[in-house]
Amino acid sequence: MSGASARLDPHLPGGPVATAWQRCRDGLPLVAPGNRRRFTILVVGSGLAGASAAATLAEQGYRVRLVTYHDSPRRAHSVAAQGGINAARNDANDGDSIERLFRDTVKGGDFRAREAGCHRLAELSLAIIDHCVAQGVPFAREYGGTLANRSFGGTQVSRTFYARGQTGQQLLYGATGALLRQVEAGRVELLTRRDMLELIVVDGVARGVVVRDQRTGALQTFTAHAVLLASGGYSNVYHLSTNALRSNATAIWRAHLQGALFANPCFTQIHPTCIPPGDAFQSKLTLMSESLRNDGRVWLPARVDDDRPPERIPEHERDYFLERRYPSFGNMVPRDVASRRARELCLEGRGVGPRGRSGGQGVYLDLAEAIAREGRGAIVARYGNLLEMYERITGDDPLTTPLRIYPAPHYTMGGLWVDYRLMSTIPGLFVLGEANFSEHGANRLGASALMQGLADGTFIAPATVPAWLASQPLPPVADDHPACRAAMAAVAERISALRAVGGSRPVDDFHRALGQLMIDACGISRTGPRLGRALVELAELRAAFAAELALPDHGTAIDPELEKALRVEDLFGLAELMLRDALAREESCGAHFREEHRTDDGEALRDDARFCHIAAWEHREGAEPVRHQEPLAFTSVTPARRDYR
Amino acid sequence: MPGSLSLTLRIWRQADPDSPGAFEDHRLEGLSPDLSLLEALDLLNGRLVGEGRRPVGFEHDCREGICGSCGFLVNGQAHGPRARTSVCQLYLRHFADGATLVLEPFRARAFPVLQDLGVDRSAFDRILAAGGYCSVNAGQAPDANALLIGRDQAASAFDTATCIGCGACVASCRNASASLFVAAKLAHLGQLPQGQPERARRAVALQQRMGAEGFGGCSSHLECEAACPKGISADWISWMHREGRR
Repeated sequence: MSGASARLDPHLPGGPVATAWQRCRDGLPLVAPGNRRRFTILVVGSGLAGASAAATLAEQGYRVRLVTYHDSPRRAHSVAAQGGINAARNDANDGDSIERLFRDTVKGGDFRAREAGCHRLAELSLAIIDHCVAQGVPFAREYGGTLANRSFGGTQVSRTFYARGQTGQQLLYGATGALLRQVEAGRVELLTRRDMLELIVVDGVARGVVVRDQRTGALQTFTAHAVLLASGGYSNVYHLSTNALRSNATAIWRAHLQGALFANPCFTQIHPTCIPPGDAFQSKLTLMSESLRNDGRVWLPARVDDDRPPERIPEHERDYFLERRYPSFGNMVPRDVASRRARELCLEGRGVGPRGRSGGQGVYLDLAEAIAREGRGAIVARYGNLLEMYERITGDDPLTTPLRIYPAPHYTMGGLWVDYRLMSTIPGLFVLGEANFSEHGANRLGASALMQGLADGTFIAPATVPAWLASQPLPPVADDHPACRAAMAAVAERISALRAVGGSRPVDDFHRALGQLMIDACGISRTGPRLGRALVELAELRAAFAAELALPDHGTAIDPELEKALRVEDLFGLAELMLRDALAREESCGAHFREEHRTDDGEALRDDARFCHIAAWEHREGAEPVRHQEPLAFTSVTPARRDYR
Repeated sequence: MPGSLSLTLRIWRQADPDSPGAFEDHRLEGLSPDLSLLEALDLLNGRLVGEGRRPVGFEHDCREGICGSCGFLVNGQAHGPRARTSVCQLYLRHFADGATLVLEPFRARAFPVLQDLGVDRSAFDRILAAGGYCSVNAGQAPDANALLIGRDQAASAFDTATCIGCGACVASCRNASASLFVAAKLAHLGQLPQGQPERARRAVALQQRMGAEGFGGCSSHLECEAACPKGISADWISWMHREGRR
């Protein structure tokens, strides 16, 4: 373990955090309007962060190229976010403020995020809502016409703005509308169906990417004056997750191999309210929005092996375990806490649903009381689309029988290390949204991912990227520059090597095996010995991949198997780094729960003396990665044990 | 519920946009009714790849009915037999044991086939680029509560804004019209105060672009409404036609 590194200067503004962002912005160099069109900015990803960054920078007058592997920017996985977006508007008049959202975020992240970044996020939350409404996002409204809001896990105020259970969809359509407006104006070049497979670095500065066109199979280079990665998270390392099937880590992993440090890779969030896994060939897990915990009570039968149907279990034989253990937050405890408790009870054999090796894999989320209190109509109006989705997938009607839910990988707090200006350790490479390691620390609170994506894309990058452009010489880079040719050759070589394996095991097999290994060793609960064994098993699996992969070439340009193989190969590398990071962090914090480090009553036990830092990993070719540290200082919020009782 | 079932999938195979296509039959046995139809295709593809054969190409991503990537015809119906359900949300328990399912791509001139069940729907984005937004730059927005929007008005705008851009409306229309897709976007923004300044221009621009992209007009067969996985009402098409004359 090495000490703090000079390379890891977060460029935090000095002085009080409450005014840090304003002081930072006031000091950033500017580019005059007439000069902006001389700069080309390349954005990878069309989710909330990428689409909003591309649109906003184009609005300012920069030339933007946006690369996405989707056929349309509207498909990016932000579209699936359900519950809502936080803003410290205090519309509910229940004591909310920027200060309180800031403190909730720092505490929710278990004191493993930067104070200045969290404060900036809370400040920007207000303008985000204004901007989204101006774009035409149809947020839920009260009868009087003002914005409605609800409460979410880990908070005691109502600050979550929502559009039924499809908030991410509506925000993304707002952002892609802004993007398409700039496409029409000729300021954004939209490059769809392209996988970014390599970062081009010229003289130590990020200057472009190599992509594979999914329609033609051709490799192409695109150069730029700055590169922004907004390519999302890596929950698909677990194979079964709430992420879309094509969500992947290739863009950030390729940047990591080129020198970008990777921060806190083991901080991954397992969301408590998902539809439990079923068949062995299941391809994904589906989230049931956390907002359901507002009206749903989580319970299990009080005694083990009670296999009566839920409606026949009387009230006094039910264990509302979250309400029992956490009377002040009840069912609204943060995600990491809710997931852990559900898993523990299922391991004790108290889980419900089809019985596997160790009893059922599920707990009840019961809407009966809310339906009795407010009526069926009110609950359908609030969660209609979620309840329909549940019924389609499981065949059960949640209005007459409790939902069965179980935790599933959902979001990754870890990601490429960035400084306060969102720049990685590769100059000129910025990382936005879930792809960076962000302000969520070791655990993200509900309704804050959309907030962060839009803060990064709409307000932060559009201030800091121009400052970079204004302060650098950035000579032109031709498409046939030696660095471009080398990057292109490396990608071609990689594809040939995968083709040359000539085995008979499909890539999905390897992905499934990787997922089982990772959820078992590096999921809700982790131990040193298990992580150590997983490193060995992972190496064996990688060796099998290199020897047995089936990737026949049928001469067709469109080749989804090749796309998957490239992604899974990168997930192997990332999985190894996650295991190393989880092993090195000998404490429990947020979603990272090491069983060796817990309090007497089973809660996470942080070790602030040894681990009050961000771990940032440096790749070394042919050698073990190096763990750097960025110490965290808390001046506004005093680190305390998170207590939701 | 049966423990397992068997299905015959009769699938349109077409290697690339310029090759001729043909149907190919595949028999799958011992399937769990809890598998989704797309998971059955995954299973088939695993088998094909293991045998060195080309897997079936189909578009998909979120598999929870919200990204709009998936979409093909199941027995002639866009997204298959279930109302308000995208094809990724079809589960095998929705089909009878021993059934034959004919899977083929959406058929429309504006949606060229790319491979097997996948088509190119980029024309939709080109329609939206013509004006399917409120022209506002970051930094210009007034306070979000400055515009009061009634609860029902917001809900109605939301209902039309839920269009996922899957193209089922086009595929189910004998004219391959994108009228429901365009009407949904016009109605989303046209019902909100934010959308008023550009309302008339938007209505003309989107409909013109729809024609230019090769989509047909509406003859009120209302198949689009029946096929729409989000249940968007075709009444909005009539509304759109009045919009054009405002």
